[in-house]
This record gives sequence, C-alpha cells and structure tokens, in this order.
Amino acid sequence: MCGIVGIYLKNKKYNSQLGKFLTGMMNSMATRGPDSAGFAIYSSEKKKKYKYSVCSNTDQVKEISKKLSKQVKDIKVKSISDHLIIETAMKPKKFIEILKNHDELSLVGYGSCIEIFKQVGNPKDVVKNFSLEKFSGSHAIGHTRMATESAITTDGSHPYSTGEDECLVHNGSLSNHNNLRRSLQKKGIEIKSMNDTEVAAGYISNGLSDKKSLKETLLDGLKDLDGFYTFISGTKNGMAIVRDEIACKPAVVAETKDYVAIASEFQAMAHLPNVNSAKIFEPEPGKVYSWGK
Amino acid sequence: MNLNLKKESLRKVNETLQSIDRKSNKKIFKVSNPDGNHAICAGLKDEIEVTIDGHTGYYCAGMNMNANIIVNGNVGTGVAENMMSGTVHVKGNASQSAGATAHGGTLIIDGDTSSRCGISMKGIDIIVKGSVGHMSAFMAQSGNLVICGDAGDALGDSIYEANIFIKGKVKSLGADCEEKKMNKKDQNILRSLLKKASINESEIKNFKMYGSARKLYNFNIDNVSEY
Repeated sequence: MCGIVGIYLKNKKYNSQLGKFLTGMMNSMATRGPDSAGFAIYSSEKKKKYKYSVCSNTDQVKEISKKLSKQVKDIKVKSISDHLIIETAMKPKKFIEILKNHDELSLVGYGSCIEIFKQVGNPKDVVKNFSLEKFSGSHAIGHTRMATESAITTDGSHPYSTGEDECLVHNGSLSNHNNLRRSLQKKGIEIKSMNDTEVAAGYISNGLSDKKSLKETLLDGLKDLDGFYTFISGTKNGMAIVRDEIACKPAVVAETKDYVAIASEFQAMAHLPNVNSAKIFEPEPGKVYSWGK
Repeated sequence: MNLNLKKESLRKVNETLQSIDRKSNKKIFKVSNPDGNHAICAGLKDEIEVTIDGHTGYYCAGMNMNANIIVNGNVGTGVAENMMSGTVHVKGNASQSAGATAHGGTLIIDGDTSSRCGISMKGIDIIVKGSVGHMSAFMAQSGNLVICGDAGDALGDSIYEANIFIKGKVKSLGADCEEKKMNKKDQNILRSLLKKASINESEIKNFKMYGSARKLYNFNIDNVSEY
C-alpha cells in the first residue's frame, strides 16, 4: 500500500494554507500507511542561506545549538518535535561534515527552500507533532508508509532527499535496488539506508547532477528502475509524477486554475477548494507529468 | 430520500440501501457528499434507483443486484466489480478494473476508463463512451465490451468467449485475441447495447469486433520444448 500526496500551488493566495491542505491529504491517507509518515515543504528561497532539516535523538536543543554555534557562525536553530531546522550560510559540503561528528543528529534533507520532517507512528499523530497545519509555502509532498522493503524507522521513512532541494516519495517496491545502489555509490552518491526508495532518490540526484531535467531523469528511470512504482518527486521549482508501465500503483491528479494536487486516492483531495470542478485524471503509465515555475 | 455522507456514516448509508422494505413505495434515493469514500452502494439487491452526487472511491456499486445506480462524477478502482444484474451509469471517468469479474447487468461509462476494464468479465455488458487503458478485457469469459474511443496495449489478452466492439484505434492486441467478422446476430447485440447507452444506432458500421482465436484453449504440443 502506502499513500502518496503532493500539492503545487499556482495561486499565491493559498500559500499560507499549504500546511492545512497537506494535513487533510495526509490524514485521509493514514489508512494506506499507518507505520510512519513524512513530508517536505518548499517555501520561498532565502538567498545565500541553507536550511538543514535534522532529526535529533536528544531533547537538549539548547546544548546542541551552543555546540554548533561554536563551529559555525551565524546559526539559527528552530526546534519542532524531534526535528531541528538549522539555518546558516555555510555551504552543504562543509556543514554536512560537521554534522557527521554529532552522533545525536541525522540529516534528513537540506537546501535553500526545502524543509523535511519524518517520524515513526500513525500519520495523524505525526502531522500533529510537527504542527503541519501552520506551514506555508509553494508546494509540498507527503507520504504515509506501510513498510515492506525495510524496517519501520525514521531512516526507512519517506520522503528521501539525496540532493539539494530534492525529495522523492514512492508507492511500490523496486527489485533491482541493490545493484543500482552499488553503481550509484561508486559515482559518489551517498545512500545511507537499505531502503529501495532512497536508491531511486539517488538515481534522480545523479541524473540532475548530470544537468538533465527532472522530466528527462524520470523518463530514463523507466528503463533503469525495475519494479512497481508511482513516484512523486519535488525540486525547488516544482513537482513531477511518473507511474511504471504496468501502473498497478494508483494515482489521481486534480488540477484547477489555483493548484495541482496528486494523491493515491481521490478521497485525499475531497477537502480542497473547488475540487469538484477540477480537471481530474489518472496519470497514464510510463508518462511523466510535471508542474512548476 | 436523501442520504448525506457528511452527516451519516458510510456503514449506516449502505445498511439503509441494503435493507429496503419491499412493500414501501420509497424506491428513489440520493447519496450526497461521497468525497471519494470506498464501497459506496456495495451489495445492493433491490430494484431501487440511487443517484450518487460526486466522486467515489474504490468498489462503488460492487456486487450490485437489481439496483439502478447513477454516479454524477468519477469512480475509483473496481466500479461494479462482480455485479450480478441491474445498471450502473458513471457520468465521469472510471479508474482501473471497471466491471471486473461481473456476471451480469449493464455498466455505462460516459468518460474514459484506465487499465484492465472488464478484466475477467463473466457476462456483464460494458459500454464505454470514451477510451480504455491497457489490458482491457483480460481473460474476459463472457459478455460484451463496447468501446467508442480507443484501446490501450494488449486488448483482450487471453480472452475466452466475450465480444469486444471498438470504434477507435487498438494500440495492440493481447495474446489469442483477433478481429472477427460481424454477422447479423453480432450487429443486433451491438445495436441493443448502443441503444441502452443512448448512442446513435447508425454508428454500428464504424465498429470492429474482436474475440478469441481459441488457440490457447488446448495445449499445443509443438510448444513442449518451451517448458
């Protein structure tokens, strides 16, 4: 099973309600994935600043902030549930090395506009813990997990982010992820878990770093990724969806002049404004659909 | 009688529709605010008319007997799956496996369906005014599938004795499915189905018919080395 959702706002007037929309979508997909949940929110870009989303296994936020500010100048730490959003001008390469020295912290994503949160537990509780309702932004992607390929841990939860401002959620399972993991790791892509989706995220990062567009990368993926999948992938410019050629894993899209919403089932979108007059369709198998700036 | 899914639980609404007092004159029902819920109007067994106002989730009108169900919206996976009799009319699009394994009755879809429309159908008549996705009529055993638009890959794969009538293009045929010559009897079947869906009968000449080549019915000894 697993539930996947995504929303891209075309009309800025809804930006302040992004979190509220995604909360409703995640709540109604809790039945498809009760084991863990996660979401990525894209908000406006801060020039020359990076946001690092970090999961912490201690509640000593003040001490962590103190320790980090000794190593990094100009640091701002925001704590939400067991996650920290660390804002600094320090470039990823350097900062990620510093984070590696902190065993109590694990990086879940970073970039100039992305924030990622994920946690084990029922999605309804997870979105409450992170106060998702209060978030605003331009687009967001979410996942409710029914674990199949790897353990029920935060590391096994989606979204996966293996590159700057990138994220991926997946409904399905891949069968050639072990081979692909090895070949991507040889190319220098860091894949931390044994999860199949993280490999697909790494595959996309690799494609994007080869200067391919998200659409081109996902089209290549149709040849290279073996298994069942509906993917929703996010970048700072927008989001895309692709289903494998067999299209066993569901997806439905609702598009109005104000937004594009994607979900595993229509019921996840029933609460969105004017959805009954939206253009509603199922993405065709083996075709990439993308929306964005 | 109006049944509002915002006010009543799905289970309560379905129970009301499943336990009709046959002596009562109340035969017309409306279900409002379906909001993509699953199994709306599943297991109805009486001659009633139900209009669902909006989009539904999976298995809408599943196992239907006798009832006439109209959906003013789209339906999710498996609409009218295992239907026995009655009519289901979807005014929007349908997701995959529409009319799956259904034994009888009529399913009319005004829009398109995605993959596996009429999979393993066992006697149902399905009329799709739009197009159907890949693997439609897979292992279809009996009944008729009428497609006014196009069909995706592998139409009628491993088909038994069902008929497929199609007006548009076929992307590819599945194993053991072939074009058949339409005789008078077949034309009459198609005519009555088009009439049921309020489609002009003069369209008959634009349809082609497909069915089983019956080559998979028995094991072909020439293929023994393949196993």
